[in-house]
Amino acid sequence: MTTQRKARWPHRALMLLLMIYLLLPLLGTFLYGFAKEWQTTILPQGWTLEWVAGMFQDVRFLEALWTSLYLCLISVGLSLAVMLPAVFVITVYLPKWESFMKGLVVLPYAVPGVVAAVGLIRTYSSGPIDLAGTAYLLIGAYFVVILPYMYQGIRNSLLTVSAVELLHAAELLGAKRMRAFLTVILPNIWPGIMISTLLSFSVLFGEFVLTNMLVGGHILTIQVYLYQRVAESGHLASAIAITYFIFILAISTVWMKLGKKFNGEVRG
Amino acid sequence: MKNRNRWMLLGLIPFAVMVLAFQVAPILSMLMGSFSKSGGSGFTFKQYDKILHSAFYLQAIKNSFLISAYSSIVGIIVGLLCAYSITRFSPRIRDRLLMLSNMTSNFAGVPLAFAYIILLGNNGVFTLLFKQWGWSVFADFNLYSWTGLVLVYVYFQVPLALLLLYPSFYGIRDQWKEAASLLGANRWQFWRSVGLPMLTPAIFGTLGILFANAMGAYATAYALVGGNYNLLAIRIGSLVAGDIVNQPELGNALAVLLALSTLLAVFLNHKMTKRSLEFTSEYRSKPSAKRSRGRLTGTNANAGAKEEAV
Repeated sequence: MTTQRKARWPHRALMLLLMIYLLLPLLGTFLYGFAKEWQTTILPQGWTLEWVAGMFQDVRFLEALWTSLYLCLISVGLSLAVMLPAVFVITVYLPKWESFMKGLVVLPYAVPGVVAAVGLIRTYSSGPIDLAGTAYLLIGAYFVVILPYMYQGIRNSLLTVSAVELLHAAELLGAKRMRAFLTVILPNIWPGIMISTLLSFSVLFGEFVLTNMLVGGHILTIQVYLYQRVAESGHLASAIAITYFIFILAISTVWMKLGKKFNGEVRG
Repeated sequence: MKNRNRWMLLGLIPFAVMVLAFQVAPILSMLMGSFSKSGGSGFTFKQYDKILHSAFYLQAIKNSFLISAYSSIVGIIVGLLCAYSITRFSPRIRDRLLMLSNMTSNFAGVPLAFAYIILLGNNGVFTLLFKQWGWSVFADFNLYSWTGLVLVYVYFQVPLALLLLYPSFYGIRDQWKEAASLLGANRWQFWRSVGLPMLTPAIFGTLGILFANAMGAYATAYALVGGNYNLLAIRIGSLVAGDIVNQPELGNALAVLLALSTLLAVFLNHKMTKRSLEFTSEYRSKPSAKRSRGRLTGTNANAGAKEEAV
């Protein structure tokens, strides 16, 4: 394409406008988190680190961060432990079931968080299994939320490394099936799995609806904490929002780098 | 071989248990609940009947529908223009721009609502600034109203639309443009009779995703207006897990309706994606088709991730 070298001015102007529109709220939050006083001027009148310092002295913030971290880690770990063998068995031994699996796994995309929460509350708030307000319920809900990403990620990795052929080769050379899975398949699909793991992690880290509705009063995650602080001090909440955002950004940067590397390796 | 395969089925058991317990059972339970009498037993259509005869709940449904439709349509128009624009840049700049819009779509839900409160809320930076400058155009603007909500919804729809739409612009070949102009068509005629029809499945597919995304959005509205604005998702939340009134059966029925609307929208997307693939794959040479499909699924997964945060 000849026009691709240098975009013409309407395109550049449009992109500039889009970027301003998209980045303005972020920039505003960022500045507010460091502003001493900010009224009736375009830029803040003074700068301070008071809010950021206050945030790190806040025990509840640190606790919420820690809670989010370990809840997400447990959920992603559990999902990995459950999904790896399941997707492996389906892809390698029961390809006929794949379309059924796909339908099952795509469902969480189509069912909004509010709806999922409604069903979970009705199922587990009373009756034989009472999990209301516990971390178990939340971890189960999180498992369903990341189902599509984990399934897609693991399945794509298995297909790109031609798992079936690899397995046959390993078995021809005399390896037991379990051993073949652990020493041949797993190391090969690991980078691909890391990518979907990171994506799932960042999705869960930003989860609010399920957390607030299922365990709102009992477990404080970073999102619920942020929600509670919004009303109190704008500056402090800004600092929290920005810290949260930078954290998510770091994860997704690693995710993209890994993705590029992995895809590059497979293609090259 | 058969017996060994049977042993492998054990690997599916934990998965089946988790899916049954946390995905299938809740959905069935919700369906049953929506057909139960208040208090939780029997079989009745009373809950749905109540919704249909309540101006309050009908208004919530209407509000949700309208805000989703508005924000999706604005989102798709802006997204379409920007997606075209983005394909006109060199790949290096294009990838940077995509990364930036991808990044901002992480910024959804509570933090997003909060950012808008800082900028445009009652004591927001811009609100005060405009007041001081005497720009009366903005004097009537209220973030905690319908216009404010649409504004914030559009913000999270635009990057999603952009990410979902831009790959399909690569299905439109420059040769076609050249052929069309040789035949005497101007740019407008080309887009009207060749370009846009080619993009139609992708546009409607994306519209489905955007609509479902807005219908199910809870965090943004909840953080911005709390229970004050009558939206379907908010009503469900307060009926089921609210502090004061608890009418879980009614909430279940509303949730079933919400799920039906998003399922329908996602189904539309599914149908359209299929058609769009049929459309474009015929014209593509093999290796490039493979690569762009890879890119497409990549952004799809990525864009799908955004829905959760909203």
